[in-house]
Amino acid sequence: MIDVLYFAWVRERIGLPKEQVATDAATVADLVEELKAREDRYAAAFADTTALRVAVDQTLAGFDAPLAGAREVAFFPPMTGG
Amino acid sequence: MEVTVQEAPFDPGAQLSAFTAAAEGAGAVVSFTGIVRDLSGGLDHMEIEHYPAMTERALEEIRTRAVSRFGLTGAWIIHRFGRLSPGETIMMVLTAAPHRADAFAGADFLMDYLKSRAPFWKKEVTGETETWVAARDEDEDALRRW
Repeated sequence: MIDVLYFAWVRERIGLPKEQVATDAATVADLVEELKAREDRYAAAFADTTALRVAVDQTLAGFDAPLAGAREVAFFPPMTGG
Repeated sequence: MEVTVQEAPFDPGAQLSAFTAAAEGAGAVVSFTGIVRDLSGGLDHMEIEHYPAMTERALEEIRTRAVSRFGLTGAWIIHRFGRLSPGETIMMVLTAAPHRADAFAGADFLMDYLKSRAPFWKKEVTGETETWVAARDEDEDALRRW
């Protein structure tokens, strides 16, 4: 099981901030494909992954990042701090 | 104190005084304060979301890079989240160094990284609409300076 978190408009589009996902996905991109196949709201949120950023275990990562041993994956739009 | 993420308002003047008192021996102290602005004239408030488990770690990493790169003798980052009205202070960075060039550059570096690499997201709320603030290409480009 892996904790999957969503922030900002990704959270709003999917409709929840966090969920546990049973997955054997090898990479973030594989996990995205599994989520997109679930329901339209996931497909909509992940339609354009160039508009998204990802963190694996609270560290920014790429969509090609491996998920072996990862406990938490977060998806969000580009950050707007400051 | 070096990295503070909080919902409550803070007093920028008091922070500057405390930082300056702690920056013993520094020849230069620079501070930057970010304030909620109402560009459209219709902003009711802003909501700032963040990723609690990641935020402090990301800010500390950015802070440590600035300290080592510019030889800062001190650096603080204060960033708020939650609901903020126009005119409220959102965030502040403070840097201390032997000379002003490094203090200014350190603050500039911190701001560029905070804009694009710290997990905060801003939403503008007017009477009728709620809009997530889009990241600007210029902010991403600004990182290439460093």
